[in-house]
Amino acid sequence: MWKPPTVIANTTRGRTTEETRRQYMSEHEISVTVNGERHELAVEPRTLLVTALRDELGYTGANVGCETGRCGTCTVAVNGETIKSCTRLAVQTDGAEIETVEGLADDGDLTPLQESFQEHHGLQCGYCTPGMLLSADALLATNDDPTREEIREAIEGNLCRCTGYQNIVDAIEATADRLGERR
Amino acid sequence: MYMDDFEYYRADSVENALELLADHDGAELIAGAHGLLPRMKTGDESPSALVDIGQLSGLDAIEARDGERDGDPGGISIGALATHTEIAESETVREHATALADAAAELGDPQVRNGGTIGGNLAHGDARSDPPAPLLALDGSLEVRSPDGERTIAATDLFEGPFETAVADDEIVTAVRVPTDADAVSGYHKRRDPLSGYAMVGVGVWLRTDGETIEAARVAVTGATTNPARLPAAEDELEGSAVSEETITEASAQAGTTLSDEAFVSDVQASAEYREHLLSIDTERTLYEVLEVDR
Ligand SMILES: Cc1cc2nc3c(=O)[nH]c(=O)nc-3n(C[C@@H](O)[C@H](O)[C@H](O)COP(=O)(O)OP(=O)(O)OC[C@H]3O[C@@H](n4cnc5c(N)ncnc54)[C@H](O)[C@@H]3O)c2cc1C
Ligand code: FES
Ligand code: FES
Repeated sequence: MWKPPTVIANTTRGRTTEETRRQYMSEHEISVTVNGERHELAVEPRTLLVTALRDELGYTGANVGCETGRCGTCTVAVNGETIKSCTRLAVQTDGAEIETVEGLADDGDLTPLQESFQEHHGLQCGYCTPGMLLSADALLATNDDPTREEIREAIEGNLCRCTGYQNIVDAIEATADRLGERR
Repeated sequence: MYMDDFEYYRADSVENALELLADHDGAELIAGAHGLLPRMKTGDESPSALVDIGQLSGLDAIEARDGERDGDPGGISIGALATHTEIAESETVREHATALADAAAELGDPQVRNGGTIGGNLAHGDARSDPPAPLLALDGSLEVRSPDGERTIAATDLFEGPFETAVADDEIVTAVRVPTDADAVSGYHKRRDPLSGYAMVGVGVWLRTDGETIEAARVAVTGATTNPARLPAAEDELEGSAVSEETITEASAQAGTTLSDEAFVSDVQASAEYREHLLSIDTERTLYEVLEVDR
């Protein structure tokens, strides 16, 4: 168990903070592929996936809301399945393929889903949006013509304090219609 | 969020996981992390080491086994690492163990269903969980392995109290087993706690009928009580009775009568008395749904 470094101050002379940290906190070297790009990093076992993504790798799309698995703004896809990244240890995802909201737009070109959120005012403050987009994306990947009820069920794990959900459901529904027309 | 520090080991087989558990004092298994991590964040649990079985292959298979053979009890086998999503979407579970499929589909939300496993859910013993009621109603069991070999834990022996189950610290649940019966029907009804989303009252029912008479019945509750439990008074009322509105009314009225007042959970959402009342109402609903009787 880690204790505040009281005595450690004397013994760390000549070492970098990084070395001290490693010695006292048994870090693990892991590798993850995020949005197609492979990263190697060292994490303490207790580091949450969302923390590693944001603070270690700079993917700040996944937000931290509740840290208890309720709000869904930290949603990412791990090996193709959406999960809440505050409820998974980073070290558990060693070797995994991760997709974050940054991976949706191709070189800055928004996806039809993202455009639809913009058109239908599916966001206000935008805090819930990364998670909403990933949950909606997961729905549309398996169901190209969802009912409004199915859309609501698909975003059940994502809370929004601003929009009242109506416009989010509209945005997702319109995306499905648009993708349907294209076929 | 700062949890206490701990060591982390990733197991590459069930045998390896058993060794790692034995070698590290105070070590605990982790699979989906959806039961344990929330409790580590609040400080309710702080294991000195975690042994990760979440990535083991082959432990998530869902299959229907033909009759008894080579000591295998037959029925359905659900690998401990099967996620709630996999169970909710499984045709096999939906057909032969409907109550478990209902519970998986009603559990948490899509991300939680993708993240949590059935083995972790049942080993953890969180009395607000959904799967315990269907497991009891379906007369299921857990297959577990320890350094001493294998054993089976019947659902009725599993739940020992809040976060206490018969799965020992050095044991790994490998599969959930459920017997099948072509003449039986089952179902689960959940009343969500509006705050946590877990079951405030969850009722699982299993019935064998010839269409007119109920030949055998099992009814179980989760969420409303501090420990998931069978409801023998309701079962007695159902067994041998006609499939009718009257039978449903009488059995539902009996639902909580074998449980002591202390058995019911009382919290900010609902008092023990109210939960007992809801248990009757929800037993009635589940029976109407499962027996497909019109009201
Ligand atoms: C936001 C949120 C909402 C939820 N809502 C619900 C709900 O509505 N209904 C519900 O029922 N559940 C709910 N859950 C919990 C549920 O998702 C998990 O399925 C479950 O409690 C734990 O499964 P797990 O695989 O995540 O286990 P873990 O958290 O990895 O482990 C839980 C415990 O079981 C032990 N364990 C794990 N696997 C095994 C094994 N194979 N053998 C022996 N021991 C093992 C671990 O050592 C640990 O003590 C919710 C969780 C969250 C975070
Ligand atoms: S921050 Fe992960 S669910 Fe809220
Ligand atoms: S847009 Fe503000 S929380 Fe959803």
